[in-house]
Amino acid sequence: MTTDVIDRLVGIAPGDALDAIRNERPNARENAQASFDALLHSEELDDASQLERLAIAYWTIALSQSPAAPFYRELLATEDDATASALDAALPGALTVGPYGDYPDGPLSVENVPGLVWRPEAALESAVSHRLAAALAHTHLLVYRPRDSSADALQTLLDAGWSTTGIVTLSQLVAFLNFQLRVVAGLTVLKGEL
Amino acid sequence: MSETVIEHTFVAPNAFTQAELGWEAWLEPLPIDELTDRHWAGLVDKGRANSPYFRLLVRDPDILGARTRTDNDIFYNEKGGLPRAQRELSAASASRTNGCIFCASVHSRFATHHSKRHDDVQRLLDEGTSAPQDDPQWRAVIDASVALTKTPNEFSAENVKQLRDAGLDDLSIADAIHGAAFFNWANRLMLSLGEPTPPKE
Repeated sequence: MTTDVIDRLVGIAPGDALDAIRNERPNARENAQASFDALLHSEELDDASQLERLAIAYWTIALSQSPAAPFYRELLATEDDATASALDAALPGALTVGPYGDYPDGPLSVENVPGLVWRPEAALESAVSHRLAAALAHTHLLVYRPRDSSADALQTLLDAGWSTTGIVTLSQLVAFLNFQLRVVAGLTVLKGEL
Repeated sequence: MSETVIEHTFVAPNAFTQAELGWEAWLEPLPIDELTDRHWAGLVDKGRANSPYFRLLVRDPDILGARTRTDNDIFYNEKGGLPRAQRELSAASASRTNGCIFCASVHSRFATHHSKRHDDVQRLLDEGTSAPQDDPQWRAVIDASVALTKTPNEFSAENVKQLRDAGLDDLSIADAIHGAAFFNWANRLMLSLGEPTPPKE
C-alpha cells in the first residue's frame, strides 16, 4: 500500500485531528488515493504514456502555484529530468490567475473575462513531443479557463495524435489534480487553525 | 488517421438556470454493447450507462469508478458534517465561479430541493456569488467555495474563521472544502468534453 498523497502533502499523521476528520469520509479518502493511483500508477499506458502523465501532472500543479509542485516535479524528474527543466523554463511565461474565459453569446457575455491563451513557445516545442506540447496547451486551458473549452480544442488533441480514450485520461488527470490540490490547500489552512 | 469530434446543431443554453438540462459529448461515448465487466464496474451505478457523459468517461474505467466513489462520499455521506443543502451550495458556487452552466443547473436545483430556498439559490445564479445572502452559513460556504476555486487558490484562515463563526464544526468545514474542491474536478470534465442541451419544454 502506497502512502496517502493528500496526507503526505498536508502533513497528516495517524492520530492527528485531521486524520480523524478524514476518516469520517472513508470512501472519499480511499478513492482520492485510488484516483491518484489509477492516473499515475496505471499499467495501461498505450493511450497516454507515463512521461506524458507525469509532465501533464507537474504542469497542472505548477500552473496552479500549489505547494505540491515539488512533489510532482520530483515524480517527473525521476522519469525525465529534461522535460521537468523544459517546463520550469516555460512556466514564467505561462503563469496567470483564473478562472477566466468567455461564456456562450448571450446575457452572460458581460461576465466574459479576457486572459492569456497560452501556446508552447519554440524552446518547449523542441524539447517535448508534438503530442505532449498539444496536451500542455490543453492543460493550460483546463486549469485557467475551463469555460473556454470547445470541440475545436479536442480536435486539436485528436490531430496531434491523441485517441478519444487518451483525451479522457488526460482530462481526468488535470481535473482530478485540480481537486486534489484544493483539498490539500483547504486542509493545510484548516490544520493551522485547529 | 485521426478521429473527428462530434459537432452538434442545437444551441447550447447561454444562461445559468435551475431547469433540467441535458448534456451531449464532443467525443464518442463507448457504445453500450462494447461495455465489459470492467466498464460496468467503473460505472458503479448501472443506470449511468444511459448517460453519454459517463459512457465517455468509462473509456478509462478505473479513474471513473474512483471519481464516482469520491463524489458519493463527499455529497451523500450524511454522518454528521455539513447539511446536504450547503454541500450542494458549495458545488453550485464553484460551478458558478468556473462558469459551468450544466453543473450549476444540477447542483443549484439540488440546493433548492434540500433548503427549500429557491430565491436565494436563484440570486446566486442571476447575480453571482457576491450577491447578498442573509444566512451567515450560506455566506461563509459561498465565500469559501469561491476562494478555493480561484487559481492560485485564495482560501485562507479568514475563511475558516468565517465558517466557524457561522457555527460550523471542523467536519463541516472539511465537507465544504471537499465539496468545492470536487466541483473543480467535475466542472473541468463537464465543460471540456461536451456541452449542455436546452431544457425540455
